Amino acid sequence: MVFGKRHILSMRDFSREEIDLILDRALELEPYAKGKRSDRLKGKILANLFFEPSTRTRISFETAMKRLGGEVLNLDSTESSSIAKGETLADTIRVISAYADIIVLRHPKEGSARLASEFSSVPLINGGDGAGHHPTQTLLDLYTIKRESRLDGISIALVGDLKYGRTVHSLSIALSFYGASIKLVSPPGLGMSETMKSDLMDLGAEISEHDSIQDVIGDIDVLYVTRIQKERFPTLSEYNKVAGSYRIDKKLLESAKDDLIIMHPLPRVGEIDPEVDGTKHACYFKQAFYGVPVRMALLTLLLEGDGDE
Amino acid sequence: MSEKTTGDEQELRVRKIENGTVIDQITAGQALNVLKILGITGSTDAVISLVMNVPSKKMGLKDIVKIEDRELDPGEVDRIALIAPRAKINIIRAYDVVEKHSVYLPRVIQGILRCANPNCISNTNEPVRSKFVVEGSEDKPIFRCFYCEERFENAIEHLI
Ligand SMILES: Nc1ncnc2c1ncn2[C@@H]1O[C@H](COP(=O)(O)OP(=O)(O)O)[C@@H](O)[C@H]1O
Ligand SMILES: [Mg+2]
Ligand SMILES: [Zn+2]
Repeated sequence: MVFGKRHILSMRDFSREEIDLILDRALELEPYAKGKRSDRLKGKILANLFFEPSTRTRISFETAMKRLGGEVLNLDSTESSSIAKGETLADTIRVISAYADIIVLRHPKEGSARLASEFSSVPLINGGDGAGHHPTQTLLDLYTIKRESRLDGISIALVGDLKYGRTVHSLSIALSFYGASIKLVSPPGLGMSETMKSDLMDLGAEISEHDSIQDVIGDIDVLYVTRIQKERFPTLSEYNKVAGSYRIDKKLLESAKDDLIIMHPLPRVGEIDPEVDGTKHACYFKQAFYGVPVRMALLTLLLEGDGDE
Repeated sequence: MSEKTTGDEQELRVRKIENGTVIDQITAGQALNVLKILGITGSTDAVISLVMNVPSKKMGLKDIVKIEDRELDPGEVDRIALIAPRAKINIIRAYDVVEKHSVYLPRVIQGILRCANPNCISNTNEPVRSKFVVEGSEDKPIFRCFYCEERFENAIEHLI
């Protein structure tokens, strides 16, 4: 298996073997993510090309690259005059790929990463394309589950906005490789779309739908919480009512399995009570950290190949 | 001519062509879309006859398109399977049908369709043609956008 010069666009492009290869590499690199010195990517340049604000994704790529001895160019739409002047994405990518060895792209339109990859002469990583994909988030989620629980045959509840949340789509696609039982828990009107559900069932996933966390809390190994956005509700009071009934607190966790882990892509805005942070179940800050070794794994695989060439 | 004419007799109202292509058994009402998909516009200088909504034994009603002096390559015509899956391509030489082909929906369709997702990058001014991967069964194809991966079924509603 050779990773060199490929692009990372959508979880749909990965086989289970390839995911396992990335997660194994991430485990090897964890000491470097924690600060051990390395010059492995010395002389390589990563371009962070962000057309939409992001902190975690951009910074964790930057940290991953710098801790391996590489350099980072940060470009966003306010800094780059040509982007502001309405240059096509295709042209921007043609130019940037001549300056950098690898590109991370965040863009508001769905499919932008795949389009950009057609014009890039270097590997391109999708750092989130509109409501589309965010494969590195999914890979770090899988890594977190592997490190803090186990990947095979888990029962996982995906809670929150399953209609617009891109995180849960990519994650569900990947989990279907590992025989997960996926419980969808969402407020009325924010359920996963029929096309997405049938897509997942075509991939062999086992799916069920629930309207309250209480219904599933005793049966699950992983509780994956996402944000419910205010903008999706007609009034603030309706939002408050719904958000309140999806809030994770210690009381709810009384009926949880002992080894349940709680994950959240962050930032959270009230979905998880801070009193949960100190419990053995809380994994969301570790999850944010795991973004670094996982992104290191991708950077080394894409920039060096996997040694099988 | 009698009041009750058969499909074939009606077709004969259009003069026989000496050489060219006859696309027969087009889903009724789709003849104009067939021309559009083939890229044949008002600026063509080919002689084209179009018959719409004639009775057909096999299909109830059908459309027919006849293009003179141009033999369409079956590969280039396959795309019309999107809207006229039962169409037959007849190559005419010296007034006779010398070849007859069915149309087969290609696995990948470029251009022709517009992605149903308004926020898809293929619906912007980027220098690419739309592209769809055909999934599902022959009689109920599903089109997945190569870029945003959204799926839709009704091709006729998404013709560019
Ligand atoms: N020389 C011609 N000029 C115009 N149309 C023709 C000519 N020969 C055949 N056709 C038309 O092409 C189609 C296919 O012809 P044919 O193979 O004879 O019939 P069928 O497919 O009904 O068995 C029919 O619609 C017929 O009317
Ligand atoms: Mg006939
Ligand atoms: Zn699309």
